[in-house]
Amino acid sequence: MRAAFPAPSEPRAPAPPRTPIRQKVRAVKDTIEQPRAVPRAINWNRLQDEKDLEVWNRLTVNFWLPEKVPLSNDVQSWATLRPEERELTIRVFTGLTLLDTIQNSLGAPAMLADAQTPHEEAVLTNIAFMEAVHARSYSSIFSTLCLTREVDEAFRWSEDNPHLQEKARLILDEYDAGADPLRRRIASVFLESFLFYSGFYLPMYWSSRGKLTNTADLIRLIIRDEAIHGYYIGYKFQRAAERLSEAERQNLKDFAFNLMFDLYGIETRYTGELYDGIGLTGDVKAFLHYNANKALQNLGYEALFPPAACEVNPAIMAALSPDSENHDFFSGSGSSYVIGKTVATEDEDWDF
Amino acid sequence: MARLVFFSSGSGNTARFVSALGMSAARIPVSPKDTMPEPDAPYVLVCPTYADGEGRGAVPKQVIRFLNDPLRRGLLRGVIAGGNRNFGATFALAGRVISQKCSVPLLHRFELAGTGNDVAVVRSGLKAFAPFQTAA
Ligand SMILES: Cc1cc2nc3c(=O)[nH]c(=O)nc-3n(C[C@H](O)[C@H](O)[C@H](O)COP(=O)(O)O)c2cc1C
Ligand SMILES: [Fe+2]
Ligand SMILES: [Fe+2]
Repeated sequence: MRAAFPAPSEPRAPAPPRTPIRQKVRAVKDTIEQPRAVPRAINWNRLQDEKDLEVWNRLTVNFWLPEKVPLSNDVQSWATLRPEERELTIRVFTGLTLLDTIQNSLGAPAMLADAQTPHEEAVLTNIAFMEAVHARSYSSIFSTLCLTREVDEAFRWSEDNPHLQEKARLILDEYDAGADPLRRRIASVFLESFLFYSGFYLPMYWSSRGKLTNTADLIRLIIRDEAIHGYYIGYKFQRAAERLSEAERQNLKDFAFNLMFDLYGIETRYTGELYDGIGLTGDVKAFLHYNANKALQNLGYEALFPPAACEVNPAIMAALSPDSENHDFFSGSGSSYVIGKTVATEDEDWDF
Repeated sequence: MARLVFFSSGSGNTARFVSALGMSAARIPVSPKDTMPEPDAPYVLVCPTYADGEGRGAVPKQVIRFLNDPLRRGLLRGVIAGGNRNFGATFALAGRVISQKCSVPLLHRFELAGTGNDVAVVRSGLKAFAPFQTAA
């Protein structure tokens, strides 16, 4: 395994002997004949792919910072959790911090090199920065609710946790510079649309019981960002895969399902270790299956787990999308139609 | 005759859901330059959601253009909305907006390309859907 970060640079070497002038002249001529490639200035009014602008616009209007969420309102609620529940919560958040750190410093930057359009590069730099905001927000939660000692202990736990380290390694192998750009996108989609969810489950669970509701609001902002990230990288994956031969596409699909199986195995062990103590492992697993299917759909693939394995506790589903109440006619028992509650319907494009 | 009209962007989730339903369906084009479908019998619209954090822009512009035509709008009988629950309060919001603007029922909401359950519920729901029984 390579080191995630380069070692600090060595002390400066002594200056090399001066180059003879004739050699310098030759070097100058060479650069004139073969000029170094300079990127073209980005023109947002000439798009190769409309999706880039659409996603850029959504990501930028959705921008947020943890300071926007009144986390301190959760202090009292935090005090009602039992010590082992608090420890679990802090551990889960350090695990999430690790994934966001990886996406910020390695995942999104690694995909920059694979970008097909200049606008895609710009979107990826926005994504990279938001990952830093995500990673930073867990520390805001910690400094608001927890003791330094508890937090330090949890970070140590995350560094030693074999399951967490193992899933990070599987992803990092695909982020390596020499790795295949399409496999890299698969790994990224799995990290953002699947691996986060063993952790996201817990704040959704607390909020479904009226606990840590401000923390849950913050986590929902992260979940929303991740939905766009997973969508966009999955979309770019599909565009690039279209250009491959049938055989190459089949290879990639086999790779994706194999990686999903490997990650799923690790996730079930990680889930058991975290949630057995409070008896939620079964429920979290259903949530994992449900999210694994969605991650595969982001890549344009079919679901892996059957609907019966994905029956997530309705309280968790409601916590994910509060205020989007269900009046769907086909799943209702009544025979009358309910026209949706008032929602913002203004849009200058409607003309009625 | 197409009983479904749908929109799906380059990510193709809604198109995959509609094809899993196995019913005849007409597609609203992604590009404003291409021609719109012109339904001549009652239909149900299947539409994904593209809202921002405040819920603005939930209904794709091409779908709005399609519905702006009073003849097409007059044949709309219901809406099925796509989305992703991870968008929180704006989950499948396009369905609620269209339901309200056009006074038609929101029949079903599904995530991404839908699940086997979604396909089953929508198939049997449409089969029993009264506005379709009288029309055909
Ligand atoms: C920029 C953007 C914004 C989105 N906003 C919402 C939203 O507010 N609510 C929702 O339920 N889904 C939202 N989605 C998810 C899409 O509705 C979902 O991915 C859908 O399956 C896309 O359908 P299509 O692939 O047929 O275009 C959004 C997706 C993107 C890319
Ligand atoms: Fe993130
Ligand atoms: Fe992300």
